Parts: sequence; structure tokens; C-alpha cells
Amino acid sequence: MEKKENYVIMDEVTIPYELAYGRTWTQFFDGFREEKILGSKCPKCGRVLVPMRSFCPRCFEEISQAVEVSQEGIIISWALTEYEYFGMPTKPPFIGALIKLDGSDTNFLHLIGGIDLSNPEQVRKTVKNGMRVKAVWNPEKKGHIMDIKYFEPVK
Amino acid sequence: MGKKVAIVGSGQTMHGRRFDLAYPELVNEAIESCLINTGVDAKDLDGVVFGTMPSMMEGVALTHFYFADVLRAKGKPILKTETCGSTGVSLAITAYYWIASGMADLLMVVGSEKMNEGDAQATMTTILEPFYQMYFIAGAPGVFSMQSQEWSVRFGIPEEKVRDAATRLSIDHHNDAFGNPYAHIKQRLTPEQVNTARIITYPVRLWDVCPTSDGACAMIFASEKMAKKLGKKAAWVKGVGYSGEEYWFGDSDKVMWQSAIQAAKQAYDMAGIKNPRKELDVAEVYNPFTFQELLYYECFGFCDFGQACDLTLKGMFSKDGELPCDPSGGTLCTNPIGATGLIRVAEAAMQVTGQAGDHQIPGAKQALAHAMGGVDQYNGVMILGAK
Repeated sequence: MEKKENYVIMDEVTIPYELAYGRTWTQFFDGFREEKILGSKCPKCGRVLVPMRSFCPRCFEEISQAVEVSQEGIIISWALTEYEYFGMPTKPPFIGALIKLDGSDTNFLHLIGGIDLSNPEQVRKTVKNGMRVKAVWNPEKKGHIMDIKYFEPVK
Repeated sequence: MGKKVAIVGSGQTMHGRRFDLAYPELVNEAIESCLINTGVDAKDLDGVVFGTMPSMMEGVALTHFYFADVLRAKGKPILKTETCGSTGVSLAITAYYWIASGMADLLMVVGSEKMNEGDAQATMTTILEPFYQMYFIAGAPGVFSMQSQEWSVRFGIPEEKVRDAATRLSIDHHNDAFGNPYAHIKQRLTPEQVNTARIITYPVRLWDVCPTSDGACAMIFASEKMAKKLGKKAAWVKGVGYSGEEYWFGDSDKVMWQSAIQAAKQAYDMAGIKNPRKELDVAEVYNPFTFQELLYYECFGFCDFGQACDLTLKGMFSKDGELPCDPSGGTLCTNPIGATGLIRVAEAAMQVTGQAGDHQIPGAKQALAHAMGGVDQYNGVMILGAK
């Protein structure tokens, strides 16, 4: 007799959310509409934290001071992603990177673009830690993290 | 300091793709095995500790209620601990606190995951807020690739050497897994197979990455009085450490990685360990990625920063080396995430009680178990001793 497979049920959980940006992130993304990258300066340790936040995680101090940081910085680390999973918000291949923007004390996560990503060996020769990169903005602003298209190497 | 805490024994499922069982039945497979191995009557348990990764992994929320029946939890307190990848070590630490406080004498601790029923990377992305980080962190491989790349550049380790060391770990662990009856992936690999495998997130390739596993692990923790009454050879908790960093990936240094360094230091201080490489006999380091395992060796003081590749290539951390790491094949070969950290603790307990079978490190008296959770955010360490 043929072995009978146990049944499976196909299921999907879909739940809509309406998530509040709140005052601080609204201010941060309002900056994007003017092509500005804003950080928060802690009144106690003096560090400039990007993206903006209302609270310093090290000093436990409330932060109210916003400061503009540079749109240029250096690559701290990067990874070329070559695989895809369900619901992935950015389609591969792409380079996610930590970028230290001039005038900030934290590393900013974003994409490295404006280069050919088709050959990983070639990418490895092109993209280096310490390399200077600069924000490239989307012409249309939605008050969203992808208003910055990516960071491209400074020529 | 709290009361002494013993680990009486454990049970594991055969890890892998387990569509032969519904999820509660899979959890029960580990529990049945644990109760048989330890001779504990579930009626005598004072409580149950349970945990998994985020509930979205399996599409059912609060699974400790779903599994209450097989957890033998009716009429008993149940605690859930959930700390992402470090869940298993957090479960063990939760049980440790509970017994060390004197509030319980006998507990069952269970971790599980049935990853093949959902989408692991999609689930992991839901631990990120959708304002910012979610767009750039490509599941676990993206995070670990960035971290490893920053580490190798900072210490000027040639890419080829990092690749060679990672390849050595991949070959060793996939080979070691043959000695572990519960391991998911067992494979004889050649350097060429590892080095030319499909790229996941450069430089991480397929054989550098853990599998998607279904599995569960159950353990019995007991007070000194109860351990004596049960009369089994027990492992003893000598030290625990758990430490974390800011939520934002770019806020802290993931190379001189404070949460990993701190967690180990807390556990070593409590256990009185000054020189981990000499004083530990075996370590079950959480190694979902070969590259990350190298960094842990350095954060845990097994060697200085920048040295892990050289020492790995010399065989320092192999099964017959000075400090064998992951002789079970580790997370690299078996990763049912909610169970994974607890499996590290169970394996460490098996080692110090001489019950690790074909992957026993002869004479092991002191062992380290470890797991990491979040976007490189939290690390947990537990030290077990034979006495």
C-alpha cells in the first residue's frame, strides 16, 4: 500500500497596521523633504545621533536639539545581498551599508548605489571601507527613508 | 549569590524538516525524551519555562498556551522568555534565576521552532521597525556579513585568510555533525565546494550559513536538594551573563562587540574563570555563520583580537584542539532558532557529565554555552561545570 502523506493547511496572516512616526521622526522625515539629514544632539554626552531620536540611549537624557549633518560620509561596512525572501522591501542585488556621515557620531544605514552590481568580484574591487559616499535624492519626496535613493561614491 | 542550580538532563528531537509531526507533537518528542532520560515525573515539576523566536515564525502567537498540554503545564506556572536568537540561553538563565532564588526546586525548560512551516528571513525582518532599518538589513546574513567585513578590515586580516578560516570551520562542523545523532545537516565537504558555493550575501556563501530546521529541546533544572534526590549525574551552573546594546545597528561597535565581551565577562567572573582558553574544556558557541564564529572566539577571550583566523587554521578550536568549539556541529548544522541556544546549554551539560556520545570531548569538566539575539544586539553566556 502506498504511504499516505499527512495533510497540511495553507495559511496566511495579514494584518494592516497604522504606525505613528511621532514628533521626532516626523521632524526627521520633514528634513528629507528639504533634502536635509537631521540628527539629535544629546545635551549631556554631546553625541550627534542619526536618525533623530527623543532620547539618548547612553545618558538617558531627553533630546530636543536637532542638528543638520553632512550628506557625505565614509563607508564603515557593507554587504552585497544576492538572495531574496518573502516580503523583502528592497530587491536584490543591493548593497546595504553603514555610513558615518560627517558631523554625526553614529553610523547611518542605507544603500550604496550608482555602481554596477552584476559581478560580486567587481563590486568587491570597487566598494571599500573608508570610501567617501554622498546621498542621492529621489526627485519625489514622500517623507520616507527611501527619499534618499542611495549613497554613491564621491568622484 | 543565589542557591546552587543543577541541570539534570535533556532531550532533543531529531532536528530537520519535520512535516511528519504537528508542532505540539514535535515539542512533545523532545519532552518525552527528556523525561525518560532524567527519570523525572512531570507531576513533580514546580513550573515550566518555554520560548521561541517571534511568533510569526509559525503563524501562531503565544505558542506556550498552544503547547500547554504537552508542556505538562496544567495547574502550574508557565513563563515565556523570548529574546530572538538568544532565546535558548535566556530560557536557561530564566530557569537558573527561578531556582537560584529558592522559589522552585524542579523545572522543565523547553525551546522550539518549526521554521520550515513559515519563512525564516521574512519573520526575522519583522523584528525591525518599518521606518528605517528594515530596508537595508537583508535578514540575518546581511547583518553578519557587514559585521564580519568590518572586523576583517579593522584588523587587516587578508580576505583570503578569513575565507580559509571560515572554510575550515564549515568543513569541521559539517563533519562533526556526523557524531551528533540529532544534527540536521551532516556533510563531507571539500574546500572547493565551500569556496565556490552560491553567494548569499558576499562574502558569505551557502556552506557558511546555518540551515532552516524544525526541532525542540527540553531540559530539567533542579535545586541541589532535588538533584540529590533524583540521583542523576548533574551539570552545575557556574556562571551566567547576558548583555546588550542599543537597538539601532549603527549606534554601537560590532567589532569590539561589548554585548558579547560583557556577557562572557559576567559569566567568567561568576565562575571564577581568569583564562578561558585554559580553564574551559569545550565551548558551544552560537555559530549561525562561520565568519561570526571567528569573531566570538576573540570577544570571549579565547584569543586576542585579530588572531582567530590563524589559530583556527592551526586547529586550536577543532575537536582535538586545545579548546574544542561546537563538537556537536553547532548552530551551523542545526538551527531551530528557539531551541538553538538551549541546545548549546544541553550539549554543554552532556559534555561535562560525560554523556555526549560520539562527540564527547574526553574528560570535559567545564563548558561554555552561548547564543546571540536581535540585530547583533544581545548576547547570553552560561558556564557549566561537572561539580
